[in-house]
Amino acid sequence: MIVPMSQHIGAPAKPIVRKGQEVVRGEPIAAPSGFVSVPMHAPLTGVVEKIDLALLADGTMGPAIYLRSYPGSSQEVLYGAPLDIETLQRDELIGAVQDTGMVGLGGAAFPTHVKLAVPKGKTVDTIIANGCECEPYLTTDHRLMLERMEDLFAGIEIALRATGAAQALIGIEENKPDAIKALRAAAPDDIPVRVVAVQTKYPQGAERMLIKALLKREVPSGGLPSDARVVVFNVATLAQIGYLLPRRQGLIERGVTITGPGIEKPGNYLIALGTPLRDVLEQVGLRDSARQVILGGPMMGQSMWSLDVPITKGISGVLVFTEAEIQARPTKVYPCIRCGQCVQACPAFLNPSRLGVLARKERYQLMEEQYYLNDCFECGGCAYACPSNIPLVQYFRMAKAKNRERKAAR
Amino acid sequence: MSPGAPPIEIRTSPHLKRDLSTDVIMRNVVYALLPVVAVGVVTFGVSVLLLVFVSTLACVLTEHVFCRLSGQFSTVSDCSAVITGMLLALTLPPGFPLWMVAVGGFIAIALGKALFGGLGFNVFNPALVGRAFLQAAFPVAITTWTPPGVAGRFTQCIPSTLALPFLRPAVVDGFSGATPLSLMKFGDATTQLPETMKLFVGTVAGSAGETSAVVILACGTYLAARKMMDWRISAGMLLSVFAFSSIFYIFDQEAYPSPIFMLFSGGLMFGAIFMATDMVTSPVTPAGVWIYGTFLGFITVLIRLKGGLPEGVMYAILLGNAINPLLNSMTQPRIYGAKKALARK
Repeated sequence: MIVPMSQHIGAPAKPIVRKGQEVVRGEPIAAPSGFVSVPMHAPLTGVVEKIDLALLADGTMGPAIYLRSYPGSSQEVLYGAPLDIETLQRDELIGAVQDTGMVGLGGAAFPTHVKLAVPKGKTVDTIIANGCECEPYLTTDHRLMLERMEDLFAGIEIALRATGAAQALIGIEENKPDAIKALRAAAPDDIPVRVVAVQTKYPQGAERMLIKALLKREVPSGGLPSDARVVVFNVATLAQIGYLLPRRQGLIERGVTITGPGIEKPGNYLIALGTPLRDVLEQVGLRDSARQVILGGPMMGQSMWSLDVPITKGISGVLVFTEAEIQARPTKVYPCIRCGQCVQACPAFLNPSRLGVLARKERYQLMEEQYYLNDCFECGGCAYACPSNIPLVQYFRMAKAKNRERKAAR
Repeated sequence: MSPGAPPIEIRTSPHLKRDLSTDVIMRNVVYALLPVVAVGVVTFGVSVLLLVFVSTLACVLTEHVFCRLSGQFSTVSDCSAVITGMLLALTLPPGFPLWMVAVGGFIAIALGKALFGGLGFNVFNPALVGRAFLQAAFPVAITTWTPPGVAGRFTQCIPSTLALPFLRPAVVDGFSGATPLSLMKFGDATTQLPETMKLFVGTVAGSAGETSAVVILACGTYLAARKMMDWRISAGMLLSVFAFSSIFYIFDQEAYPSPIFMLFSGGLMFGAIFMATDMVTSPVTPAGVWIYGTFLGFITVLIRLKGGLPEGVMYAILLGNAINPLLNSMTQPRIYGAKKALARK
């Protein structure tokens, strides 16, 4: 098992164990190094093999704790202690959430307690539980809404208390009528929570899109959801808080959708964080025809070049494509014929067609200053729709990187 | 992923792609034009078939030669040159001399497209560039019309079709007639305009492909349903023609034709469905699309009713092409979360 110290947005955690030290499952093995940082917990009962660099999903090397399990151990989570949430002050509650090591499980992996701590001068009147699957192929949130409703409502209650919001909305896409019905029936009367069905479309699960769909509010360009008096959490995040916090336990496993034509037994699996991808794929059966392994979903996920990377907190899906899908992809790129399909697809109402032309001319600064390049969150909708097969998202990533480089040089 | 298997695939997201590519769109536009060609052949005879064939051949050859001259791979396979050729032929009189249409096809691709950099870079609709050239170069030939349904049209060509270069074609009376629009414009007060039904079905004199509004509409619906054509531009242009000509009609019913006549006569339907919607030369922004359509309709009505020509669709679209870049940059959509929207709240 490999537990990277940086599985979240923010400062990496600091190891608090030594080589050769024995750990029990659920025990903290790394401490946060600041407010925007979270601790790590041991995903197994065993021994610390080494603390060394490890290959991460983004292609870089980062510090990680390597653990080896004791074959005889039952791997039960014994670590933890009951916590009476009712008696906690807001600060204490936020501290307790940080102790669980929780980050957004939808994919962004932003530390949850930071979102719960509403900055001074801002108020939050609504929290949103995001029950829209962020991408096609992924179904973990759907399963979770059907199977872990109690945890979800407990988590919503905690989030309401920590943020001081007056109401909670659970936004679910219409194509999951069973989840909508079940959650409506199960919603407890003592929490101000409402289940709202939203249109099924990609990227409805992007928080800005969901805020607009549910509340008709827009998050200002360059701002945070709290600027629109909202905080959004993935349903999986809330359910984990609802489960972990009263037990004072840490985040050591998560639900992951493992699917695609290259998988023999596709499904949603509960996976210990730190399990190498290779071991996961061995368990679910990787077909010989498999040719591409994607961490995340098909629209925004990353192709892996090594199966040695561990499953981390922000990974909601593993998607495996075979030769057939790769052959079916168009390879020829035509010139932009200005059909406007990308303009209609863009959820941020940008003009990807124009941005694409400017990127080709390397007018990166103009793209940012006049065409709102930084409002692109790389959902992939434009590149998906483009009949000319222009790699728009790739252009935009490059433009953003070039702009960062230019600013750093100044 | 066994040893010896092909290498793993590394690429950037998104990993899904919609099953609609540029060459498929182009090919479908060609399919949608085939019924229009068929109607032309049925109405005006084999000359139309020859016209379409020569025009398309000229366009495709020109495209191929220019690609080779500029050291690029030939882009003939994307079918866009075929469309230009078909569009050009269908906007010409059925008996238009073949050697002239070959020149027109060359000009369309060479001046209208290749010199700008090929597909996607042209400012003006190439087919209309070709037609505008022909109108200037051969004003007589391009206004010599053939009446519909002439006997023997399937066995012999219209005489002017086979005219030799630079020779005056023999004008045979049985083969010439006037279009409804030129009757409206230049005819005396006693001239009876054809009934709307005839215009709708297409049994009137006119360009090879423009006469049957109903077939053109059906083909347009096919393209729009498959999302290969922006129906908003066509709708905007037709609505705008209807609205502006209604104003004239209400003002003076004697002097101006009815809006219905305006809608179904001349090249409007063909232009609105197949020419104005040319993706490269029309706007991409939601507001731009509607402004563009309205502008085209307005200019069409203005030229038809107040200008010196009976038909204004071609110049309307060319003018629209000219303002297209301006429209695109002036109608950038308001982005999500932009400051303006917040200020309004």
